[in-house]
Amino acid sequence: MFAKETLQRIEADNKKWQELFQESVSKAPERLERFSTVSDRLVKNLYTPLDTKDLDYAQDIGFPGQYPYTRGVQPSMYRGRLWTMRMFAGLGSARDTNRRFHLLVNEGQTGLSVAFDMPTLMGYDTDSPKSRGECGRCGVAIDTLKDMEILFEGLPIERITTSMTINPPAAVLWAMYIVMAEKRGISRRVIGGTIQNDMLKEFIAQKTFMCPPKPSMRIIADTVEFGTKEVPRWNPISISGYHIREAGSTAVQELAFTLADGIAYVEAALERGLDVDSFAPRLSFFFNSHLDFFEEIAKFRAAKRMWARIMKERFQAKDQRSMWLRFHTQTAGCSLTAQQPYNNVIRTALEALAAVLGGTQSLHTNSLDEVLALPTEEAATIALRTQQIIAEESGVAHTIDPLGGSFYVERLTKDMEEEAFEYIRKIDEMGGMVAAIEKNYPQMEIADAAYNYQKQIDSREKTVVGVNKYITEEELPVETLQIEAELEEKQIQWTNQLKNSRDSRKTKEALEKLGEAAQGDDNLMYPILKAVKEYATEQEICDVFRDVFGIYRDPGVY
Amino acid sequence: MNQKRKIRVLVAKPGLDGHDRGARIIARAYRDGGFEVVYSGLHQTPEEIVQAAIQEDVDMIGLSSLAGAHMYLFPRVVELLKEKGADDIMVCGGGIFPEEDIPQLKKAGIKEIFTPGTPLAEAVKWVKENVEPRT
Repeated sequence: MFAKETLQRIEADNKKWQELFQESVSKAPERLERFSTVSDRLVKNLYTPLDTKDLDYAQDIGFPGQYPYTRGVQPSMYRGRLWTMRMFAGLGSARDTNRRFHLLVNEGQTGLSVAFDMPTLMGYDTDSPKSRGECGRCGVAIDTLKDMEILFEGLPIERITTSMTINPPAAVLWAMYIVMAEKRGISRRVIGGTIQNDMLKEFIAQKTFMCPPKPSMRIIADTVEFGTKEVPRWNPISISGYHIREAGSTAVQELAFTLADGIAYVEAALERGLDVDSFAPRLSFFFNSHLDFFEEIAKFRAAKRMWARIMKERFQAKDQRSMWLRFHTQTAGCSLTAQQPYNNVIRTALEALAAVLGGTQSLHTNSLDEVLALPTEEAATIALRTQQIIAEESGVAHTIDPLGGSFYVERLTKDMEEEAFEYIRKIDEMGGMVAAIEKNYPQMEIADAAYNYQKQIDSREKTVVGVNKYITEEELPVETLQIEAELEEKQIQWTNQLKNSRDSRKTKEALEKLGEAAQGDDNLMYPILKAVKEYATEQEICDVFRDVFGIYRDPGVY
Repeated sequence: MNQKRKIRVLVAKPGLDGHDRGARIIARAYRDGGFEVVYSGLHQTPEEIVQAAIQEDVDMIGLSSLAGAHMYLFPRVVELLKEKGADDIMVCGGGIFPEEDIPQLKKAGIKEIFTPGTPLAEAVKWVKENVEPRT
């Protein structure tokens, strides 16, 4: 990006400066033996134009809204519209969560995001023996369409988009949402939102499983095909790095495994005979924003550039929108500490700032108490306010990609891109992500990184304030949210009542039709919609899948 | 000469919670600390955990939970051990727990609770000092 003569001069000056630096640290040594990022990447003392001399502005960086989209997928970015402030929320019953949604919307939140409880996430009803003790504990309990109707009562879903963090039973919950909207007179062509529906990262990291990888990919391809035809404003997959990072991966592993998952989904849809530009514009992404500020910003920028290149070069996409990596970000839950929990507000603010400087389309900020329990209303409001302060007070959203051109950030972006492409090459050699997962490859790479990081914390090579440094004996207590003990019993009774009042012959018929479709090749979304309408429970539908496709069991490697 | 056998530990994930980063790290740390480790894998019922503990003849069970269902799942494991006459197997827990739950868990027979921020070496040391290989 600099003329040859200029670079030569800088090279000479840099040499002199390095001598000066060495002289200075020979008198007073550097404060650390090793300067490295959260992901254990070594950081130099200074970055100069010499570090970006292999970059070409037009080819590698470019302009916002233009290939390769390093500086943003839209031309106007936050000058036009701010990112969507989307707080992930779910607690207790559908009624409890509906109340929390109304609060967040009243406080200025601009999108909805549902957290489900463990039984719902795994495709079990509240009355299953496997669900004992879990109802409403880490999200909202949804057993049937009726719960979904209550969850969104009074919320303007014709203009607000909804994200649902749901994976093995994603098709079922999506069907419930579609039927709920249509019962309110809102067409499936109008509703907008996202289902996570990313099973590959479940096998790799988050570990909510139902069926083995291959049939899981079939169900996902069905949803992509159905969405492309019938629900044009919906993102049928949110290809997620968040959980890969939470499981302990490095930033590069998060980047590489997420994009490799994306490649696998594109290939599955192409195998269906879909045209790449018919579905690729609706693929969305979800990343983690961890504490290492510049490394995170570089990761987001590299992700945008890599996906554009993958779509254009590997899959010959023609539509620009197929090349856009649109992404949601959540601040890193794993970076929060139970010790001195108020410090979590600051951690979250830094991580949110990195996500904004990385050009996120949507953001969730964690609450200070989420390391202990589901957030209280007060804590969730502070987390939302954090985003509003970044958006409207700090001025960082006034110009697009303000760190573009930073020698350090551009170098990091390029290095992370190269290293992530190297991982993708390895995965391709193994036969793609499904094969790599069957070999436990990404799982073990992540386990190694997680163990290494924990040892660095234990040896105090990495500082965690309040945990291995600046420890206080007396701590301010934090009030945490309680989920009522009777909830489980009430939810079981409520679903039983509903089961007794539905037309059980019709429900049974719909489930049988679904079973036949699962054994054949028909798109499963249509019989799922039918079963949901007949008030089949989530588990009744998922049991059909478990019967036909089998159950995946954790290989239990460490 | 009668050499003392190694301490045997079952690291287990009860319930539907999939957060296994901590469990897998502690399994490695126990292994590196010289114990024989069995890891249950995810999504185990208390019944399955107790059965595995007896079958594998372990001295201690380490339960990991990060999704809030510990108040049912942990005491249930202790209860089942008692029913099977295997309550000489010690039960500990690790993960995320609201402060006020910890004394209740201990009262229910969970010997020790480890919360986030516990150094691995400390967790290993605790086992060495508190768990005897059963004869």
